[in-house]
Amino acid sequence: MIRYVVKRLIIIIPVIIALTFVVYSILYMAPGDPAQIILGNDYTEEAAAQVREDLGLDQPFIVQYFHYLGDLVRGDFGESYVSGESVGAQLFSRFPNTFKIVICAMIFCVAVGMPIGIWSAVRPNSIFSKVTMVIGLMGVSMPVFWLGLLLILFFAVHLGWFPASGMDDGWKSLVLPSLTVGANYMANTMRTTRSSMMEAIRQDYITTARAKGVREHDVIYDHALGNALMPTITVVGLNVGALLGGLVYCETVFSIPGTGRFLVESINKRDVPCVLGCLVIMAICVAVSNLIVDLIYAYIDPRIKAQYSGKGGRSK
Amino acid sequence: MENTNTAAKREVISRKEFYKKFKKKSNAAEIWSRFLKNRTAVVGLIIFGIIVLLAIFAPLLVSYEEQAIKLDVYNRLQGPGNGHLFGTDEVGRDIFARIIYGARISLSVGISSVAVALLVGGILGSISGFYGGKIDDVIMRVMDVFLCLPDVLLALAIIATFGVSQINLVISIGLSFSPKFARIVRSAILTVRGSEYIEAARSIGAKDGHIILRYALVNCMGPIIVQVTLYVASAILTISGLSFLGLGIQAPTPEWGNMLASGRAFMRDEAYLVIAPGLAIFFTILSLNLLGDGLRDALDPRLKQ
Repeated sequence: MIRYVVKRLIIIIPVIIALTFVVYSILYMAPGDPAQIILGNDYTEEAAAQVREDLGLDQPFIVQYFHYLGDLVRGDFGESYVSGESVGAQLFSRFPNTFKIVICAMIFCVAVGMPIGIWSAVRPNSIFSKVTMVIGLMGVSMPVFWLGLLLILFFAVHLGWFPASGMDDGWKSLVLPSLTVGANYMANTMRTTRSSMMEAIRQDYITTARAKGVREHDVIYDHALGNALMPTITVVGLNVGALLGGLVYCETVFSIPGTGRFLVESINKRDVPCVLGCLVIMAICVAVSNLIVDLIYAYIDPRIKAQYSGKGGRSK
Repeated sequence: MENTNTAAKREVISRKEFYKKFKKKSNAAEIWSRFLKNRTAVVGLIIFGIIVLLAIFAPLLVSYEEQAIKLDVYNRLQGPGNGHLFGTDEVGRDIFARIIYGARISLSVGISSVAVALLVGGILGSISGFYGGKIDDVIMRVMDVFLCLPDVLLALAIIATFGVSQINLVISIGLSFSPKFARIVRSAILTVRGSEYIEAARSIGAKDGHIILRYALVNCMGPIIVQVTLYVASAILTISGLSFLGLGIQAPTPEWGNMLASGRAFMRDEAYLVIAPGLAIFFTILSLNLLGDGLRDALDPRLKQ
């Protein structure tokens, strides 16, 4: 088991390097002279040459990339072209907000989506099941930014229960953004749980379990759920990427000072180091969440455990 | 005597019925009839059909210059009704007109960006699936890296680099979807790669490109078409999302996302400003999702529960 964890941890390093390389090379092609952005009105040829030399912009692409990577390892994301502030400091002051919303959205999605998915799979022809399927379908088709606006209209403007923007109201200011960004995600989880659960219930071992006289409750929660969980975990884990994408909209709608909004602002200001920093940190989040999914797999799936527990023996 | 007569008659009729009942339908006709039996899919098709028709015939219904673009501040923020089906926006433009012209933008940009994705991803995926081996490994590992990045972020990175314009929007969404299409096309090609007709084509000396296009791809179009439908939906969602952020279609060109963005400032008092464009996005995405799911079930009845 430890071998598996170590192996997975080692694999993530080249993935992160490759991701930063992709993002770096896309943004490297950005037109416009950084020296001009930094100097603004003080632009002279000599000063520009000096700035380029200081930033290492006169060096070949690959050298620049490795410089960036080297700095990144030390936690240095470079400096903003526009404000001159450290990108790392700006990112780390905003990231907690983003992180809080992601965690709340995930809890919402797992705590609501999974049980509903399970229940509606157990009674596929009930009204409850049909209603949840319609809600699920609507949830998948709902644009994040529009849902956010509607929730603001109803819960903030009309009812006044939650704040319409910002992060100053403690847990209250987390509710609407997490619902907004989690709705899609929850609908997805619900649909996947339902279909994998229905698939599992149809299997022969369920019939066997029932024939043996196992209680229905145990059949569903022991025999079926364990096997149906795998696709659900995949969906929950792999959609963290989509969740981060949705956060870009959500943070804009709710004016939350988070990584996603910072990204949009930086793009508008053409501030390449900030854009790069945001994308790198989000890419790392995605890679880490994929890693976590793999580790949960290993924990749940006895086949993976068995593979790594020496001599292929059964593991416990 | 009478008895045998009726027996003979009955047989003739039943033969006719038999013929009617069991004549083998063409594959497409069978898929179509399965599709029609799926009520939700038909609803999706109808909604999407209405949206497409409105987009195509928009110039016959409303005038672009007069109603969707021209400012008319005396009639600003009129609620729905009074000759304006969905009311007018903050500078007096007819919201209904802007929505159906917005449909033109969304559909055309959405479809063309999926076309870009299909072209780029299709070429990479078919090379990778058809040849296998090292080429496959290299292409798919590179695609895996791209797949790690959420497609909105990839599209944002490309837009940040090349700037905001309609063409860049198509390119950025197209490129950000292409890794997914590479995967889809690759796995589709893999299912037919070992078939005998591919071997037969090879044995008569057909070139690889010809085999991929005329033999392999045509036989695995089903799953690809389903994915195209579903990705047109995500493309439209991304377009309106980016426009909402101010990084997609720019005002005054009517687009659902930028209509939401400009209506947002007034929504506390005039909720219809954000309701109508949002509903337009929602119904388009919903109808394409229903359509895609229906097509998938029709193409592969085993999947249906």
